[in-house]
Amino acid sequence: MKKILKAKGFKMLTALVLTYIIIQVLVSTNIINDYMQATLVTIFINIILAVSLNLITGFTGQFSLGHAGFMSIGAYTCALITARIPTTWGFILGVLAAAIVASIAGYLVGLPTLRLRGDYLAIATLGMSEIIRIIFINMDDITNGAAGLLTKRFVNWTWLFIFTVITVYFISNFLKSTHGRACISIREDETASEAVGINTTKYKVMAFTIGSFFAGIAGALYASYFYVIKPDIFNFNKSVNILVIVVFGGLGSLSGSVVSAIVLALVSSFLQAFSDVQMILYSLLLIIIMIFKPGGLLGSRELSIAMLGDWRAFIGEKFKALRSRKEKKTTAKEDLDNDPVENK
Amino acid sequence: MTLLKINKLTKSFGGLTAVANVNMEINKGELVGLIGPNGAGKTTVFNLLTGVYRPTHGTITLADGSQEIALEGLKPHKICSKGLARTFQNIRLFKELTVLDNVRIAMHKNVAYGLLSGFLHLPSFKREEDRLVEESLRLLEIFDLADKKDELAKNLPYGEQRHLEIARALATKPKLLLLDEPAAGMNPAETMRLSEIIKRIREKFDLTILLIEHDMSLVMKICERIYVLDFGMVIAKGTPEEVKTNEQVIKAYLGEGVEDA
Repeated sequence: MKKILKAKGFKMLTALVLTYIIIQVLVSTNIINDYMQATLVTIFINIILAVSLNLITGFTGQFSLGHAGFMSIGAYTCALITARIPTTWGFILGVLAAAIVASIAGYLVGLPTLRLRGDYLAIATLGMSEIIRIIFINMDDITNGAAGLLTKRFVNWTWLFIFTVITVYFISNFLKSTHGRACISIREDETASEAVGINTTKYKVMAFTIGSFFAGIAGALYASYFYVIKPDIFNFNKSVNILVIVVFGGLGSLSGSVVSAIVLALVSSFLQAFSDVQMILYSLLLIIIMIFKPGGLLGSRELSIAMLGDWRAFIGEKFKALRSRKEKKTTAKEDLDNDPVENK
Repeated sequence: MTLLKINKLTKSFGGLTAVANVNMEINKGELVGLIGPNGAGKTTVFNLLTGVYRPTHGTITLADGSQEIALEGLKPHKICSKGLARTFQNIRLFKELTVLDNVRIAMHKNVAYGLLSGFLHLPSFKREEDRLVEESLRLLEIFDLADKKDELAKNLPYGEQRHLEIARALATKPKLLLLDEPAAGMNPAETMRLSEIIKRIREKFDLTILLIEHDMSLVMKICERIYVLDFGMVIAKGTPEEVKTNEQVIKAYLGEGVEDA
């Protein structure tokens, strides 16, 4: 029993349950009102998107600008299914189908494009997601073209909470497995990775497929909460926004993506009060943070309870360093003052 | 018994022939040196053997029991799974990862759990991961790196990075180990220690080793046979004694004497 209580998984579970209870209390006392609930849902969707893109870009090192494309495939798949089966079971079926269709699309897109590297890959994935968007605009009879589809709401924030936890859990488990390490080794050095027997093409495509799988889920959740989906929601801007969350949180840090999705959503909802200069402030904030923390909020580290302890030590150390620097400065100054005039 | 046979191996880059008609034979258990002046094509030979380059002509065959496997044209990871492992001239570690991870990643092809177990962390995952850590530590022990297992590879001193690269290559369980200038940048004491380690791992893992090296003291001391490459061609082969006195080798390294100067 003691062992169970001490296990890492148990601590995590407790933290999650506590988080859920706190949010639930806030919601039922209407401190989190309907408008804020929409922000909450956006945060969860963004976490799923960012974590899955981080697997592709942060951990496997494949720069993708097409994540919104896979999200849109999930959204449309789920919306079309729930339109025919408008029940919770229809929604569950829709999410599964969305994930599978999106991952198949990810596989088909990844296979040819992942031969490219760096900027070329970014441009190719960008092009692919634009193609997906144009296809949705032009499939008038099924997707209702540019006007989009009206959907019903099948989920509340609890569903989103559950799906987000599952996503983060699966991706973090994957990264700790030998398959995940194979992906990370590709980011580190592709040539060396091949040389130690890792089929780099296979693992790049695998990361891309898994990332698309979860992007599909995010799309399905979007379609099942917000009442309308249209191709323009999933444009280039959306892909960039997801990438911003990932880079801001730290490439190669899952908890970074989670924290950054929360922070950025809070910041932008706070900035809505200054609607004229909202985007300017938002961009400025991003620039300032990237200047001072170029590796993102968490770099490639993961947030943990032990780290909070470290932080205190870290701040203490910084403080000490600052003081000693000041002291040095003053002593240096004194030295300068005391410097005999011999040099003259 | 011949382990590796290279027949008329040629590689041209456009108009430049980097490796021309190279024939080599490496017997099982041998420690063979590959030397030559800068730009002679030694590393190109390694890159051809490990699949980084595709040969223009020629064959590379690896004996596997009674079978013979053609290696030319295979992808690097396939060649690695046939039993060839290598280190790089300019160290290529997974720099941002720990020492332990560097070795564990190289054991990838021998891991016996599937993707599902990776996602769900089933019992088979735990069992295999424990085995990986244990085996990795045993390997690191040989190089005195076990107590640095949680250090990032980039933070190791230079000499230890070279050792880690060899450990990583060994983690793939190779039959033939290719070392590309393992002693480059090492001081004499470090080189000495390296030659001890090479001898030790060779016995322990029943290895065949082919190494490129510029440090002649190391080559002459540990290699049983030597191939000398110049301008992409084998100009001499034999025991260290034979090679040392070979006129063509001396010419390649020191240049031709000018008689009427």
